[in-house]
Amino acid sequence: MSFLDLKNVTKIYPNGTKAVHETSLSVDEGEFMVFVGPSGCGKSTLLRMVAGLEDITEGDINLDGKLINEVDPSERDVAMVFQNYALYPHMNVYNNLAYGLKNRGIDKETIEQKVNDAAKLLQISDFLQRKPSMLSGGQRQRVAMGRAIVRNPKIFLFDEPLSNLDAKLRIQMRLEIKKLQQKVGVTSIFVTHDQVEAMTLADRLAVINDGIIEQLGTPIEIYNNPKSLFVAGFIGSPQMNFLDANLNNKTLSAENFEIKNIDSDYNGEVTLGIRPEHLIETENGLINLKVELVEQLGSDNLVYGQIKNIKDFCYRSPGNQTIKKGDTLSLNIEENKYFIFDKSTGKRVN
Amino acid sequence: MTRFITSGFSHFILFIGILIMIVPVWMIFASSTHTGLTINTQGLQMFLGDSFYENYLRVLLYKGGFFKEITALKMFLNSFIMATGVAILSVITSLMAAYALVYYRTKYATLLFWIIFVTILVPLELRIFPTYSVMAELNLVNSYFGLIVPISASAIATLFFRQFYKTVPDELLESAKLDGANTWRFFVDFLVPLSKTMIVAMLIFMFVFGYNQYLWPLLVTSSEQYWTVVMGLKMMSGSIVHRFAFVMMSMVPPILIIIVLQKHFIKGVFQDK
Ligand SMILES: Nc1ncnc2c1ncn2[C@@H]1O[C@H](COP(=O)(O)OP(=O)(O)OP(=O)(O)O)[C@@H](O)[C@H]1O
Ligand SMILES: [Mg+2]
Repeated sequence: MSFLDLKNVTKIYPNGTKAVHETSLSVDEGEFMVFVGPSGCGKSTLLRMVAGLEDITEGDINLDGKLINEVDPSERDVAMVFQNYALYPHMNVYNNLAYGLKNRGIDKETIEQKVNDAAKLLQISDFLQRKPSMLSGGQRQRVAMGRAIVRNPKIFLFDEPLSNLDAKLRIQMRLEIKKLQQKVGVTSIFVTHDQVEAMTLADRLAVINDGIIEQLGTPIEIYNNPKSLFVAGFIGSPQMNFLDANLNNKTLSAENFEIKNIDSDYNGEVTLGIRPEHLIETENGLINLKVELVEQLGSDNLVYGQIKNIKDFCYRSPGNQTIKKGDTLSLNIEENKYFIFDKSTGKRVN
Repeated sequence: MTRFITSGFSHFILFIGILIMIVPVWMIFASSTHTGLTINTQGLQMFLGDSFYENYLRVLLYKGGFFKEITALKMFLNSFIMATGVAILSVITSLMAAYALVYYRTKYATLLFWIIFVTILVPLELRIFPTYSVMAELNLVNSYFGLIVPISASAIATLFFRQFYKTVPDELLESAKLDGANTWRFFVDFLVPLSKTMIVAMLIFMFVFGYNQYLWPLLVTSSEQYWTVVMGLKMMSGSIVHRFAFVMMSMVPPILIIIVLQKHFIKGVFQDK
């Protein structure tokens, strides 16, 4: 049994909403697990069941070898960082950090020691006497982290803790969270709907859709080998291009090109997925892209255009190229870098 | 310029308002420092006389009542005990009642709340006889306990605290729970300090409410030893200047309470925001 073990966990809210369907998942000790998925898919619900803030309708959750279904959140020894931080407004930063320790009956000197260590680690030592209302967003974020770290819990739970920060700070904090987690080595679950955040932070990633884990794996595994249309569309930025196509006798025919010798026995209507970064410019390529818009990012360009009737097809070109609106590019797909999905079920077939 | 005129005008109105409120009080105060003879022959006075100590001391120490066994001093003590008791008890009970209503998510919380709310519409006078007979049954007539407890459950204060608790974000409770706080600790460490400002406001409000009680103390005390100031206003006999002096003194405790607590009240408001 792993450190955290969810077995067939289901959540049905009192109003009948089925937020999580028979989900099973194992998280190893020290692992950084990320739940990613669109809004309303049940990520928070799953996390909150681990924390004990929501009842488990069915299934079992084991933490550190102990069944915790019925254990009160105060006894679970988990720490959570909330989206709005939920700092204690009437306590100064020191007491925000110390509160959880005081409740455990730890003596004053040890508390002071631990709080000061955590504050140093998070560079909030200068604000210990301030109330949360006198801190900036980033500083509040650190205090929230500090409150989790100082208790040295069995597991950290993060529910979209970065979504209230501006873009730059978010990237910086993302990095810091990852570094911090590696330093302290505490098992963590991080919930986000931002796939970049998910990819960069995760040791392993659970892509959740509609209360079900669609795919579980390392970020690279999921990027290279998405098991379903949903995962393929969700992971990767800019989004994967999707084209309607037909698969017959190992030959795929799309709008105006064909790919032969496909490694699949499936016959019927499919969706072809190609990542923008898996296209290369050649002469006499498969695809002719009529350029409509170019986003120059410096390091590379995002080229959006039209292939016959398909709009907003995206191609990521190297940054040193100058491509203008109205150009027609001839593109090939990199060797075997395409994904074919059953059109009706969304399951991967190649 | 127009701004100057409008603000000047509103100041003028305010000034008139203040005069209307202050002048009668001042006249009673000024008159209470004269001798009875002056008032009876020359009417109410606008300026201070020289019988201040004489009148006020006499009122404070004179044994009044039918049996001549209660002084004004004792009445002030009684009123103070009663008002403080009512204020503290009703704030504690409504804090806890509101806590139960908001955080113990029983199915009947809303129903219970409305039942409590309805009692606001029922005046004290309507339930005064049943309440009296309960007190009589328990042998609590003529005691501070009997004076205080039956009027120390405040639906209004409960309502205020409930509305306030509802604005406290759920994450705060959840976060506190994960930090190991149990139900009681959350109440003491979070809700009470967070509602500090409102507690002070309610203490003032309930103190004045308790202090102003007339019918209930009248009913539940037969011994003059438990007379309160407001009862005394009616029962005190004596010269007109002594009555004036008593009226003046009866205003002091509520004003004092407001002055003392207002500091905390304002401090609370500014610290939290
Ligand atoms: N208390 C509740 N009662 C009833 N339904 C709820 C409750 N909380 C959440 N839901 C529903 O359960 C589903 C999952 O909600 P959840 O909060 O887990 O989504 P999420 O993945 O965290 O979304 P987001 O990214 O927007 O935070 C949603 O359909 C939501 O409407
Ligand atoms: Mg959520």
